[in-house]
Amino acid sequence: MSTDTLTQNGQAAKRSFTDDFESPDFYQLDDLLTDEHKLIRSSIRDFVKKEITPYIEDWAENNQFPADIVSKFGEIGAFGPTVPVDYGGGGLDYTSYGLIMQEIERGDSGMRSTASVQGSLVMYPIYAYGSEEQRKKYLPKLASGEMLGCFGLTEPNHGSNPGGMETHIKDMGDHFLLNGAKMWISNAPKADIAVVWAKNQDGRIKGLIIERGMEGFTTPETHGKWSLRASCTGELVFSDVKVPKENVLPNKDGLGAPLGCLDKARYGIAWGVVGAAMDCYESARKYALEREQFGKPIASFQLVQKKLAEMLTEITKAQLVNWRLGKLMDEGKATSAQISLAKRNNVEIALNIAREARQIHGGMGITGEYPMMRHMMNLESVVTYEGTHDIHLLILGHKITGIPAFG
Amino acid sequence: MKILVCITHVPDTTSKISFTDGNTKFDKTGVQYIIGPYDDYALARAVELKEQHGGSITVLNVGEAETEPTIRKALAIGADEAIRVNAFPSDAFFVAKQIASVAKEGAYDLILMGRESIDFNGGQVHSMVGELMGLPSVSPVMVLDIEGSTAKIQREIEGGKEFMELDMPFIAGCQEPIAEWKIPNMRGIMSARSKPLQVVDPTDDGVQADVEVFELPPAKEAVKLVDPENLDELVNLLKNEAKVL
Repeated sequence: MSTDTLTQNGQAAKRSFTDDFESPDFYQLDDLLTDEHKLIRSSIRDFVKKEITPYIEDWAENNQFPADIVSKFGEIGAFGPTVPVDYGGGGLDYTSYGLIMQEIERGDSGMRSTASVQGSLVMYPIYAYGSEEQRKKYLPKLASGEMLGCFGLTEPNHGSNPGGMETHIKDMGDHFLLNGAKMWISNAPKADIAVVWAKNQDGRIKGLIIERGMEGFTTPETHGKWSLRASCTGELVFSDVKVPKENVLPNKDGLGAPLGCLDKARYGIAWGVVGAAMDCYESARKYALEREQFGKPIASFQLVQKKLAEMLTEITKAQLVNWRLGKLMDEGKATSAQISLAKRNNVEIALNIAREARQIHGGMGITGEYPMMRHMMNLESVVTYEGTHDIHLLILGHKITGIPAFG
Repeated sequence: MKILVCITHVPDTTSKISFTDGNTKFDKTGVQYIIGPYDDYALARAVELKEQHGGSITVLNVGEAETEPTIRKALAIGADEAIRVNAFPSDAFFVAKQIASVAKEGAYDLILMGRESIDFNGGQVHSMVGELMGLPSVSPVMVLDIEGSTAKIQREIEGGKEFMELDMPFIAGCQEPIAEWKIPNMRGIMSARSKPLQVVDPTDDGVQADVEVFELPPAKEAVKLVDPENLDELVNLLKNEAKVL
């Protein structure tokens, strides 16, 4: 064996990915993953290198949602990986789910949003709160990507305060009549179904499955976004929509029902954004070693090393938080406050890393040649959706003091 | 159709190569292992042929227990069962004997593998298996289609391509573009958990080759640019440094 032979033949035989990303693992966390976890991560990483990274800058620049990604996500198994196999899901654990989100968001936060909305906010409530008929009717098609779903909770006048929602249903005997509007809904313009939360006449929040084609239901697209440009966002508008009674999720109601879904989605975000952070860090590390100023690589300057060292420190801490949170999720012990801590912390460090990494790239960092500006703009949405940065502080504050400071 | 796909467990193509124990052993520290890329093509084509014609795929690896994650990946990609011959793949003839032994037991219609591994790059195993089994072997196979009991094959030869028809069974050493690599999906990974992986003892331990020492090639030097006016310098470098004149 010789290096030369290995390199020559290796290059000839190497997978044709131009993207050679490998994640930093400073604390040898791979030792805590099973072989199956590592296979899941490498498979999704290969999928992202093949199906997302070669095209993502164009999609983002052109504000284009690649519709065929839905069936590709279905084929690889990115939709509802924790849902049991009997319903078309992957039957995997939460660490696996986290790793899948991490790798997809390493590609793009918008792509991860598409996948995590489908899995955590559409499939999870149908699985956890739905009837057996609803599970059988929707879950296999959502898992395969034959159907795309969205989740309607946020309203124009009620973001951080979902309990104040105005969307409501009225019992008409053989059906409900749904009226109201939802806003900032990922996947909405292309969705086949929407899991929508609305108050009944008693003011109790109920979950409903709304299908595209129901009279009075429209999904206008939100234009002019400078963030998550490769994913589609829109409104859900309900004008006297007749909803069959069998479309109500029967097994849970009240605000805790949608918040239970948000816990799952926020968990996925906590992992996902570390993927974006690692992508920025890796790009900055490579660039700093290649780019020369004053006759030497800029990586040899202390201020650049400080930036890289701080990035790696924060990534490592976030990886540790995620790994432990994954175990708590698998054991059914993770609390909403623990998930809030991870979501808030990890999005913040990812945003800071994107900004620092952009600085290391100098002027080149503002172009689509490198991923930082796209990640940075995406993360401005991620720091706001699924509980804003500040709301997660208040959730933790409530947990610490026992005193809610929400309003 | 019964297909046997032989896979190697090799360092990833981006691995940094170094040695230990006085340059007699490969240093595995920090090295990620993968299915041999050419074997991966063979496996991908086997999965496609099974989709077209039905049948089963058995994946075979000659290796110690550390290769099992690589074998599980092959099961996740689409093999139905796996056999691991529990032995270090010390040389090509030893490996070929193990493969031939397993293959004779299984009565396979097709025996596919990569045209070569990417660690030792011997490229000998497919033809040795053919000789040991008294079956034809073909390499490097770039197109493989099956019609009835006949295979239509396209392979690369010096200065051109060769088209041939061959009755099964036979052995093929595969390379791109025979198929595109398949990425295992989550359902495949989940189902690979319960697919059978049988561990068998080697037929004999008749290792015929032994490593004396490994050597890394000299590092590549930077290119020297010579002024076109300075022919004397060019001649001097070609004669005394490159020693090609």
